[in-house]
Amino acid sequence: MALDADWAERWVRRTADAIADAKDELTELDRQIGDGDHGENMHRGFRAVVARFDDAAAERGTPDERTVGDVLKLVATTLMSTVGGASGPLYGTAYLRAAKVSGRPQIDPPAVVAVLEAALEGVASRGKATVGEKTMVDAWQAAVDAAEAAARGGGSEVDVLRAAAEAADKAATGTIPMVATKGRASYLGERSAGHEDPGARSTALVLGAAMAAALAGPAPADPRSAA
Amino acid sequence: MTARVALVLVSHSAELARGAAELAGQMAPDVLVRGVGGGPDGGLGTSLDAIQKNLAEVLATLADAARADGAGDSGAPVGRAPDGGGVVVLGDLGSSVLTVESALELDESLAERVVLARAPFVEGAVAAAVTAHGGADLDTVLASANASARMFAAIEAAQSPEASGAASAGETGGSRTVTVRNPLGLHARPAALVSRKVAELGAAVTIDGVDASSVLQLMALGATQGRELRVEATGDGAAEAVATVVAMIESGFGEV
Repeated sequence: MALDADWAERWVRRTADAIADAKDELTELDRQIGDGDHGENMHRGFRAVVARFDDAAAERGTPDERTVGDVLKLVATTLMSTVGGASGPLYGTAYLRAAKVSGRPQIDPPAVVAVLEAALEGVASRGKATVGEKTMVDAWQAAVDAAEAAARGGGSEVDVLRAAAEAADKAATGTIPMVATKGRASYLGERSAGHEDPGARSTALVLGAAMAAALAGPAPADPRSAA
Repeated sequence: MTARVALVLVSHSAELARGAAELAGQMAPDVLVRGVGGGPDGGLGTSLDAIQKNLAEVLATLADAARADGAGDSGAPVGRAPDGGGVVVLGDLGSSVLTVESALELDESLAERVVLARAPFVEGAVAAAVTAHGGADLDTVLASANASARMFAAIEAAQSPEASGAASAGETGGSRTVTVRNPLGLHARPAALVSRKVAELGAAVTIDGVDASSVLQLMALGATQGRELRVEATGDGAAEAVATVVAMIESGFGEV
């Protein structure tokens, strides 16, 4: 089963739910080593994304005309406009670059890897960060590596996304002992060790939602019920 | 409004953006300076929509001004800034800069007319505004903003004993001392007047060793009433430049 634009929409709706559930946790993580607004900012951004899709669903004609990239582009511009903190342009650029490589109705496992690679490249170039600096790049890089390995081994779309989600989750936990050298947390220096990076955690949530959306398959009737 | 380069100052704070625009605009009345601040909900943060809207408005204003001047009707497409013109953007912290970069990535047609400076927010804005006021092109205004990051090091170097010795040993078009007469000294407005005049004259002028074409370096001298300043110049018209600057300072900038 290739992944299509409806999967992409389920992905972002599930992301919105996951972020809403974890809002307080993300804010608490960010309060420890950042400026304490990551949960609220991401929640506001993804709530706005869902609202846009609800509006678009009302006026959309034939859904099969949509590409995966169309969905991701809408996510990108909405997050950039509504998040308000650094995660807006960072995630926005991730979705924007991902949209550029997914302008097709359906994507297969290698294309899923390409989407994740583009997202990683977007975050890394916009944030000028590399692996090991205790940022969301750590989670994205781990996800891309795992997704590539899964695709090379002949894995399905679900396999690729599962590998990515699990690796991102592990990498987020792996940021705990690290000392931040990029982003707001870097101002804390050594004191940033012992806390999980909120951006790496939210990346794990985003990719977990991608896997869940692929596992769930198409919703029976109203796409909104899949959220 | 005659300058062909405009400034857009993007801050996390609406008040900081407004204040920086007011400060830079006061020193360069011919330059369109726009402050954009605050997040989508009006609190601290950055709004992509607000940045895009202001960039579009500023570019449209520049294009209109160029058409009115008759300078922009050489087949340039509507909405395009006049030759050498455009917008220099300054951001204050992380997400302002990232959001401006995102706006430029979203609309690639902006790239030739809008550039993002890597400069301290206030110093860069003031330096860029004063440079733009003299009619400089986009690259020159950008360079002026970026150079402000090196201002503090430049002042320290100029005021070190070795540097002042080296400066007086060079071939100069004259060196004169002049006493600051106006009560507030070389504050923002007079510093802007002097630096703009020096930029016009073309000679390399220094005041107490600092670059007199840099409004920031002049302000950083902290020269108050009664202080003696050494004005030196090299290059074309050096002697005339020294005389002009000395006369300006002696006049008290209309404040005595």
